Amino acid sequence: MLGTIRERIRRRDRGTRLQSIALLAVMAMVLGACSNAPQSAMDPQGPYAQDPHDLIKVVFGLAAFIFVLVQGLIVYTVVKFRRKPEDDALPVQTHGNTKLEVFWTAVPALVLAVLAVPTVQMIFDLRAEPDSPDTMTVEVIGHRWWFEYRYPDLGIVTANELVIPVGRPVRLEMTSLEAGQASNAVIHSFWIPALAGKRDVVPGRINTLNLQADHAGRYLGQCAEFCGLSHANMRARAVALDPADWDLWVAGQQQPAATPAGGAEAAGAALFANTCVACHTIDGTNAAGIVGPDLTHLMSRREFAGAIFDLYLRDEAGNFTNQPNLALLADWVRCAPDLKAMRPTGENAVGMLCFEDVLSEADAANIAAYLATLR
Amino acid sequence: MSSATATAPKRMLARPMAETGWKSWLTTVDHKKIGIMYGALALFFFLVGGLEAVLVRLQLAQAESTLLSEEAYNQLFTMHGITMVFMVVMPMAAAFFNFFIPLQIGARDVAFPRLNAFSLWTFLFAGLFLYSSFFLGGAPNGGWFGYAPLSTAIPGNNMAFYAVGLQIAGLSSLVASVNFLTTIFNMRAPGMTMMRMPMFIWMAIVVQFLLLFSLPIIAVALFELTFDVNFSTNFFQTASGGDPVLWQHLFWLFGHPEVYILILPAMGIVSEVLPVFSRKPLFGYAAVAFAGAAIAFMGFGVWVHHMFAVGLSPVAESAFALSTMFIAVPTGIKIFNWIFTMWGGQLTFTAAMKFAIGFVAMFTIGGLSGVSHAVVPHNAQQTDTYYIVAHFHYVLFGGAMFGIVSGMYYWWPKMFGKMLSEKLGSWHFWTWFLGFNLAFAPMHLSGLLGQPRRTAVLPEELGPTVEMYNLISTVGALIIVVSTMIFLVNIFQSWRSDEKAPADPWDARTLEWLTTSPPKAHNFDVIPTVTARDEFWHRKYAETEAGAAVPIPAGASDDHDPDGDHGEHIHMPHPSYWPLFMTVAFPILGYSVIYRSLIGGVIGALWMLVGMFGWVIEPLAEGDDESAAAAAH
Repeated sequence: MLGTIRERIRRRDRGTRLQSIALLAVMAMVLGACSNAPQSAMDPQGPYAQDPHDLIKVVFGLAAFIFVLVQGLIVYTVVKFRRKPEDDALPVQTHGNTKLEVFWTAVPALVLAVLAVPTVQMIFDLRAEPDSPDTMTVEVIGHRWWFEYRYPDLGIVTANELVIPVGRPVRLEMTSLEAGQASNAVIHSFWIPALAGKRDVVPGRINTLNLQADHAGRYLGQCAEFCGLSHANMRARAVALDPADWDLWVAGQQQPAATPAGGAEAAGAALFANTCVACHTIDGTNAAGIVGPDLTHLMSRREFAGAIFDLYLRDEAGNFTNQPNLALLADWVRCAPDLKAMRPTGENAVGMLCFEDVLSEADAANIAAYLATLR
Repeated sequence: MSSATATAPKRMLARPMAETGWKSWLTTVDHKKIGIMYGALALFFFLVGGLEAVLVRLQLAQAESTLLSEEAYNQLFTMHGITMVFMVVMPMAAAFFNFFIPLQIGARDVAFPRLNAFSLWTFLFAGLFLYSSFFLGGAPNGGWFGYAPLSTAIPGNNMAFYAVGLQIAGLSSLVASVNFLTTIFNMRAPGMTMMRMPMFIWMAIVVQFLLLFSLPIIAVALFELTFDVNFSTNFFQTASGGDPVLWQHLFWLFGHPEVYILILPAMGIVSEVLPVFSRKPLFGYAAVAFAGAAIAFMGFGVWVHHMFAVGLSPVAESAFALSTMFIAVPTGIKIFNWIFTMWGGQLTFTAAMKFAIGFVAMFTIGGLSGVSHAVVPHNAQQTDTYYIVAHFHYVLFGGAMFGIVSGMYYWWPKMFGKMLSEKLGSWHFWTWFLGFNLAFAPMHLSGLLGQPRRTAVLPEELGPTVEMYNLISTVGALIIVVSTMIFLVNIFQSWRSDEKAPADPWDARTLEWLTTSPPKAHNFDVIPTVTARDEFWHRKYAETEAGAAVPIPAGASDDHDPDGDHGEHIHMPHPSYWPLFMTVAFPILGYSVIYRSLIGGVIGALWMLVGMFGWVIEPLAEGDDESAAAAAH
């Protein structure tokens, strides 16, 4: 008697449990669309992210179904077949069932075979060179620990933010270099989840990745292949601009840097020419270093140092203002390794040197003032 | 008690003969003692690896935390992976293989007892060598997978310790695989055909073949890495036409079979535990055995699924997408056979049974997320995120560790002659189940919401939802700590307890339960003659045509006792110094490579040679080369 009542209660529990599982699954899907997860891979904003997303929704649904089936079987079994006090004789010693074996071999195989078709199709489709004449090529170069972007057809070199036009396919050609050489470079992975899956950035190899943003916006991403000390501090950004903004941006990037008239900015420029040219490039000056990022239009970006620090101050809502973050820039210039884990000296050195023995705080402030003119 | 015979030739080092006392553990060649040492060491490393995990989780509990520096974090997550894979799960499996393979096949020891001890000491030295790096400039910090060319770009000796340490560890398992295969194929009791072996033995065979064929691959890779790191060669460097992706191929050609090496022993254990506590045999024995072999075979054909983001050709990616999808089929076969083992049975939920059922449920989840990885276009979103971390912790922790702990509760009485407390075991299970799911379930979501793995800092910009999931994971990890402490208390109270365990506390099915608890040194007084699968069970019950089973009176068996002396004069191998002596050469050689010491290398090589010669000259037991039988108890 008691057994039956308990069984009934448990059956109800099981039903509720199944409902909650289903609810959780739905919530998981919904959460993907939450705007409080800006790097979500479940919120595609372009076709190269949308297609895999549509496919995986089917797979997740299938997996949820199998989950409920298998866990349900387990729960049912452990409830129904508990040993009862009156069970003295052994149960029937079933050894197997050939029909069942064939069934649960063939059915999963068939389901997977069906799944394989769109999977393989999509592998090829995503990789193919986009057939639109509007396709743009951008070179992505992974460094430790920042991403560089080169637009060979436009003569533009930037860093940290991949600026692209809305609605046009972009074909990324990616490799890994340190100071122009593959010999000291390591593997990274370029990933902007809203726009595409990730692809590794490998020294000695050029990997391609297609992406496209359907809406204007700022998309977050990160290096996704362990690349050493500051792997966690190597972020990626894609900024998609409407056509008019895109044209303005291109035109601005193609200008050389302005020479400052005087004051702190000119003092900073002079210091820069003595201290920073070994590693950085500024078009229109004699700075042509290729170790660190191209700074010609530094202030046209919003973040620096592998996109972990803000170039501009933010307001309370978290949006960027027009105020350059001069204090942080000065600190960075004076001694970058204090702010970001790097290893600029010693064996296998990589990263920006600390200049606090060479630059005073005033010097650093002047350089920051100069950098702030590089719009 | 044994004694050196009067006619034994004088030797510089007298043969150790003691079977008791702490020194006897250093010279033992008894598979049971070796198994216990493997288990104790693996448990110790589990606590260490767990501490590393807790530190990682504390760092990630909050965004932008500064609890750990990037360097410290990178060493901790690397060592956590290396420790759990090579110093915990593999040696735990070795512990059970060692203790129970001979017992389950009705043998008295493994084929090569001294080689067995050699495997143990090599493993211990590998672990000590790896951990010594913390005090010698820093532990490996390039990830447990040690991708090139990062591994050579990292300054210092960290990755040299990685390359050499894993090389030593691999040797331990490679040598053991030969030992166990020879044992299983040659030393089964009369009448034990392949199809009458316990399923644990089938899984053991499959694992040894996986080890045999995959370890040489990683050995080659590690030699090449050692040369790149220490001697500036260019196997994996682009400078002279080397290819960093070559490392990945070599590593994963080993690495994928390795994950089946990690899970199959637990699958074997669960295949023993479920039938016992369901009071009916394993459902679909042949299918389960075949599926295990199929998984191993197919397991050599899926390695590129770890490399779907590297930029290989779409043809290669498609081929491996298919092979990865289809390897789910034999896995599914096993899951269903386990469930149907329980179906129609009479289930008793001992601690061992709880963990075994937990294995089936948790492994299913890990298997489902694994199949989702095979959808290559979306793999590009999943790979290198916490979604993958969730997957492999579900199969390795929810799978392998649950299975191993089930084995510990199941076989503890046989190994130690004491019971573990069922009450504490239940507390252990439920807290472990809760903590484990709290720790790893949210990772599926945080990964899909954009959190990459191997990141020393949780970026604030990933948002509050991701941060919340990370906090929940950390809470789960701390609950696992509490759960593990309950387990340790259980072990301690068992050790202190006077209550002796019976020979067959669970009414089990296989031959190890025929022996005393713990077994005598020679295991069986009389080698059993096997007439059926689940031979021990068939000595207790008779099965009718209809599948009903009735108890039969004790006493009847076909065992052939040639001497009629019930084990009085059984000739067992004697203890030996040589395995331990020889393995000391490995850290000497290892440090010599790292510190580029020619003298050290020469000393190490000579040491190894002396050890080898001493071992080879020494007979398996004193008096082996004489006609009089040496006494042994």
